[in-house]
Amino acid sequence: MTDLLTRQAARDTRARLPITHAGVTTMVAPIVFGVVVLGLWQVVVVAFDIEPYVIPAPSDIWREVTANQANVLSAMGVTGRNALIGLLAGAVVGVAAAVLSSAVRVVDQMAVPVVAALSVVPIVALAPVLYTLFGAAVNTSRILVAAVSVLIPVYLNTLRGLRQVTAVHRDLMTAYAAGPLQVVRSVTLPTATPYVFTGLRIASSLAVISALIAEYFGGPIGGLGKSITSAAASSNYPLAYAYVVGAIVLGLAFYVVTLLVELSFSRHRSS
Amino acid sequence: MSTSVTPAVRDAVSAIQVTGVDRVFTSRKDQVVALDTVDLTVAAGEFVSLIGPSGCGKSTLLRLVADLDTPTAGDVQVFGKPARQARLDQDYGIAFQQAGLLPWRTVAGNIELPLKLHGVGSDERRARSAELLELVGLSEFAKSHPDQLSGGMQQRVAIARALAERPKLLLMDEPFGALDEITRERMQLELVNICAETGAAVLFVTHSIPEAVFLSDRVVVMSPRPGRIVDIVDAGSLGRSQERTDEDRDAEAFFHIVARVREHLHGVPASGTRAMKAR
Repeated sequence: MTDLLTRQAARDTRARLPITHAGVTTMVAPIVFGVVVLGLWQVVVVAFDIEPYVIPAPSDIWREVTANQANVLSAMGVTGRNALIGLLAGAVVGVAAAVLSSAVRVVDQMAVPVVAALSVVPIVALAPVLYTLFGAAVNTSRILVAAVSVLIPVYLNTLRGLRQVTAVHRDLMTAYAAGPLQVVRSVTLPTATPYVFTGLRIASSLAVISALIAEYFGGPIGGLGKSITSAAASSNYPLAYAYVVGAIVLGLAFYVVTLLVELSFSRHRSS
Repeated sequence: MSTSVTPAVRDAVSAIQVTGVDRVFTSRKDQVVALDTVDLTVAAGEFVSLIGPSGCGKSTLLRLVADLDTPTAGDVQVFGKPARQARLDQDYGIAFQQAGLLPWRTVAGNIELPLKLHGVGSDERRARSAELLELVGLSEFAKSHPDQLSGGMQQRVAIARALAERPKLLLMDEPFGALDEITRERMQLELVNICAETGAAVLFVTHSIPEAVFLSDRVVVMSPRPGRIVDIVDAGSLGRSQERTDEDRDAEAFFHIVARVREHLHGVPASGTRAMKAR
């Protein structure tokens, strides 16, 4: 009897991905909303005969997306590659810096003004300077812009995670007479892991945005940013919007992938 | 002072020997005397509870024994060694009010943690955790994670973890404090059985008078500001702590001892001036 009760309790509190909790309404409501908005948009553009430079109809944008599928995909590939390399590089440096800061108090204190400065400066503003530095023919500047914008959220979240070790876990490790390395391996790093991935999730969208915006300031052609500006410059507004659709899909892909990784790592952390 | 410990056990070296211990917390502005000249002996295999209102220093005293904190003055010996040496030698197991399980480890992984930290091989670890899971009745949850267990089950895992290295002394800081009354009474009974099986001495901090009386050979009543031992109530008339059953909760002796503990707890003015008479 008791066993039955306890087993029941165990089944009920099992951790799941939130998406499996989602009911039909949770899934359907946003889809219905999206369809209604797109429909209204289409109706308004057609009914009032709105010019494409103001806003093109969804049907026109979709036609351009399908007609230029290969171009949009390759542009997503170029920007996505810059964003991904930037994200990984920024994450590695951010985590390493946070580990150093949490271990050495002086480094932490020295880092405060640098972090504050980096987080208020829009990193893309550095793009023109970087193009001059590395040359406009390579993607280095774009990767660098993405990496630096990733650095701050990853650093701050990791540092916060490293400081989340609870008093009871610290006491336990002391009671076990565990060495400093054992404490780091068995408690500190596992505690920080979900925070690292929260930082990565926030940073993933930033990486895509930064890599894309950096293209507006120069560099080689082929990416989403360049394609948007050149389509707009030649007054092909539906095509410009088609590339924007590509940018949205790319940003969502980055976000969803990092979100899923984050969820899988924080599955058992809720207690 | 009388104890219910058998002569054979009394001759052995005591599990805990606290002599003239003060613990003063100094902040920038003032000093708080958490413990004032506390003396306490716990014999091997004896179950002793510390009870008293919040701020009477009972948890502080337990932390001193565990060497998670150091006394301002006085001496703490565990099995005849300084508390620090006893901690380094892993002479005690400890459980807190929060189970404090590592959420990313499985139940078995949590129980094996102290063994892993101290270099015990994986086969031996697995055998030991299986044994302990059986003892606390959670064998089928070995591969579950802590967040899949109820509060009472988590606390049982924490107790199993405290027992992992077969300590002869258990330090328990309100381990059942967060549990509901029904779970609590069942856990108390389980603890009695565990003590009977392992023969470990226990220092047990609690807020609950019936819990202290039911579990203990002796109940140490403490008073706050400054933290002192008011009196030590002998629960020997209920029989040895390791042989208690649920019937003892209805025994007349049980109510007498509860009444005496309550008298000591309430008979002390808040200022703590009368606390002097005890020691």
